[in-house]
Amino acid sequence: MSANSLLFSESEWDFATVQRTYKAIEDIALNDLGLDVYPNQIEIISSEQMLDAYSSIAMPLMYNHWSFGKMFAREEALYRAGYSALAYEVVINSSPCISYLLEENTMTMQALVMAHAAFGHNHFFKNNYLFRQWTNAEGIMDYLAFAKKYIAACEERYGRDEVEAVLDSAHALMEQGVFRYRRPPRPSRERVEQKRQRRAKYEEEAYSELWRTLPAGIEPPAAPMTTDPEDDFGDDMKLPEENLLYFLEKNSPSLKAWQRETLRIVRNLSQYFYPQRQLKVMNEGCATFVHYTIMNMLYERGQITEGSWLEFMHSHTSVVFQPEFSDRRYSGFNPYALGYGMMADIRRICEKPTPEDRDWFPDFAGNGDWMGVLKNAWANYRDESFIEQFLSPKLMRDFRLFALYDKADASAFKVSAIHNEGGYRQVRAMLARQYDVGAADPNIQVTGADLKGNRTLFLSHAMHRGIPLHNQTKELVLAHVERLWGHDVKLEERAA
Amino acid sequence: MTHFVDRRLNPKGKSLANRQRFLRRARTQIREAVQKSLKDSAVADLDKDRKIKISTKGTKEPRFRLDPRTSGERDFVLPGNKEFSPGDSIDKPKSGAGQGGKDASDSGDGEDDFEFTMTQEEVLDIFFEDLELPNLVRTTLKETPNKQWKRAGITTAGSPTQINLVRTMRNSYGRRLALKRPTMADVAALEAQLAAAEQDDPVDPAKISALKEQLAKAIAKRKWVGFIDPIDVRFNSFTEQPTPTSQAVMFCLMDVSGSMGEREKDLAKRFYMLLHLFLKRRYKKVDVVFIRHTHDAQEVNEQEFFYSRQSGGTIVSTALDKMLEIQKERYATADWNIYAAQASDGYTQSGDARHCVDMLNQLIMPLCQYYAYIEILDEREMEVFASEDSGAELWRAYRTVAEEWPNFATKRIAKPGDIFPVFHELFKKSEAA
Repeated sequence: MSANSLLFSESEWDFATVQRTYKAIEDIALNDLGLDVYPNQIEIISSEQMLDAYSSIAMPLMYNHWSFGKMFAREEALYRAGYSALAYEVVINSSPCISYLLEENTMTMQALVMAHAAFGHNHFFKNNYLFRQWTNAEGIMDYLAFAKKYIAACEERYGRDEVEAVLDSAHALMEQGVFRYRRPPRPSRERVEQKRQRRAKYEEEAYSELWRTLPAGIEPPAAPMTTDPEDDFGDDMKLPEENLLYFLEKNSPSLKAWQRETLRIVRNLSQYFYPQRQLKVMNEGCATFVHYTIMNMLYERGQITEGSWLEFMHSHTSVVFQPEFSDRRYSGFNPYALGYGMMADIRRICEKPTPEDRDWFPDFAGNGDWMGVLKNAWANYRDESFIEQFLSPKLMRDFRLFALYDKADASAFKVSAIHNEGGYRQVRAMLARQYDVGAADPNIQVTGADLKGNRTLFLSHAMHRGIPLHNQTKELVLAHVERLWGHDVKLEERAA
Repeated sequence: MTHFVDRRLNPKGKSLANRQRFLRRARTQIREAVQKSLKDSAVADLDKDRKIKISTKGTKEPRFRLDPRTSGERDFVLPGNKEFSPGDSIDKPKSGAGQGGKDASDSGDGEDDFEFTMTQEEVLDIFFEDLELPNLVRTTLKETPNKQWKRAGITTAGSPTQINLVRTMRNSYGRRLALKRPTMADVAALEAQLAAAEQDDPVDPAKISALKEQLAKAIAKRKWVGFIDPIDVRFNSFTEQPTPTSQAVMFCLMDVSGSMGEREKDLAKRFYMLLHLFLKRRYKKVDVVFIRHTHDAQEVNEQEFFYSRQSGGTIVSTALDKMLEIQKERYATADWNIYAAQASDGYTQSGDARHCVDMLNQLIMPLCQYYAYIEILDEREMEVFASEDSGAELWRAYRTVAEEWPNFATKRIAKPGDIFPVFHELFKKSEAA
């Protein structure tokens, strides 16, 4: 088959066509764009399975918890009432990278989705420094399988209510269950395995034929307890500690071993998702930019029809639509719009820079190598730094960005900067700050625990610019902390 | 190596376990919600899938949130500036209407009541947990399922009688348009042109042969693009579905004399609703017959039953007579499972209770699957009659019936909270076993 013959002309898809199209997309992605991806696994699922998939936070394997059921009920109600359409795809950061395609998609949409997920997201997962450093794509499926089994076993052994209570409390602290700066300690599965092996080894060594001659009912002596430095929660609590779940897991005086392991599971999941929270704009931007580029190349090479190109453009433009703040549809920045906008703008700056661009981006304006610039950005930046570095004045004008200053006791917002010569840098810096997850999440740390006395746990919230915690939810979450800690918990809010 | 996996045939309902956990978690709220809706619906109106609106209490997932509204300061960026310059001020929206998604999520109390759809099964499961229908013998015997034809969409194959004309003609029209089938008018126009050309002087042979060719083409095209093609044809499709034949009739008997006030009637209504719901679970068809009585009995509709007043004495046996009469007329025991629920405040004309007992023992109980007698007292009376053995005349008389018949139950209710436990007790699994 020649490179530029039509891949498909009908909207119905079948496996042969999907496979053929995948090959063509792969050819462009690897050879023309030079993307570097995990092996792909593409799965076709029905709409109900799609609902299933994203009600368990888009993981194919997940332990059972009512909150996922609640999410499903809500999503289903919205979907059935026609308020929300189903996502076209779900992609999982694992190796192999699993992309789900919805069976109702047309062939054009399947092509778009493959370009978007199997190459765009996939490249980003494999190359961005946060994912590389913080998540273990090879191990996540195994870990989830372990977690699901472990929680199910606990439910069987200790009762659903017990397990549910621990999970509820752990979920409430999920956002406070990540290490933001230091690398997390290794997941427990390996440690447990080591421990088991040590024990098995001991038993092997200590095995003696003699024990077999004991009369029934008399047990041979058990292996001595192996002490594990990590299980030991003593005086050295290494305070302050920002990872509340980790602290409770290690130091809570009232948790049992299985409860600690449950906290660890929730904490590891939270850590796994932490990079995604910092990379919303870039991740979606990268995937959208890649699908846009690939679909256009397919069209230019005569591999898709004009009709399917138009269908693709229709879907693409609605994905990258950014309503204005005064619009009823506005619900914050659309990460697809911002990410794609910035990346398309980088390409423009490389290819057709204006004098302004040369001023602002002297190191790459007009160099023509947009793929090189983008790949560097995808690999080495996160949302905050990416915006700080690459948001151009032209894009700020296109989005008509403006910054507001909000003081809680004032009756009005003040416009502090707009998209003009005097405001570009300020608007850009503020928008970047908005995407700094570390600053957007409340900064709560464990500062002390009175282990010798009445065992009160002291937390402190370092208020950023004087913004306190929301009072009602604070009380509710603290009740969960108390449940895990087993004794009084005090939270102090102080100015940072 | 890329793998393509077809997962569509994998088992569905992967999140069923989560849904069950969620329903269990929200059980208290769901029960409240259903109880609430009981109050405003008709007795027979509780058997559909329903939208359940529950408060998020109990299913809240609290997180630490910042609250920039109370104090502190912040900056944020928005898209879509039209008229603002630096230094302008914009009035803050009144609390509730968020300036944008960020504000809404920051406040953290944005979680309002939560609405989702529960199937009838799920609602009733929650309602009737641990409940079992008493005396199932007849039902099981009667469950010879009938088949019923139900609509099942549109197919491309079927018998000619089932052709769906609208769909077929729509397809045919679309196909004719797409393939540019010449219409009769087109052909007629060509023929007219040809006739005109032949009349021309001098005759232009080239034009005539061109027109002839066009005409021949048009006629040929009309032949091969058929008016209706087999691919246009659509049929209505039907599938057979089993329908259980078991049916039940529920007799609601109530004393409506002056001594029964609004409160008593309301309590009775709730009891009837529960019974109806319960029967609906087991039987495909449940008829409800309302019989009210004072010193004589009438069959009435639901509205009159619960809301109209009648003055007069109280003779309970008249209602039993009426019930027997209706049963003989319309509900043969061979085809119907008969349930009866009687609500009263316990007063009847002296001597009548004896008569009632005889009727029940000899005529009514042999027909009934179950007969429940509910005595509605006020709370003071409830204390007086703490013991099962003491009570008004009717109560004492009915106790003797209950001793004789295991499927006859008597209970006392004083407040709404009593109903469900009482109902529970009446239809307890152990009793059926």
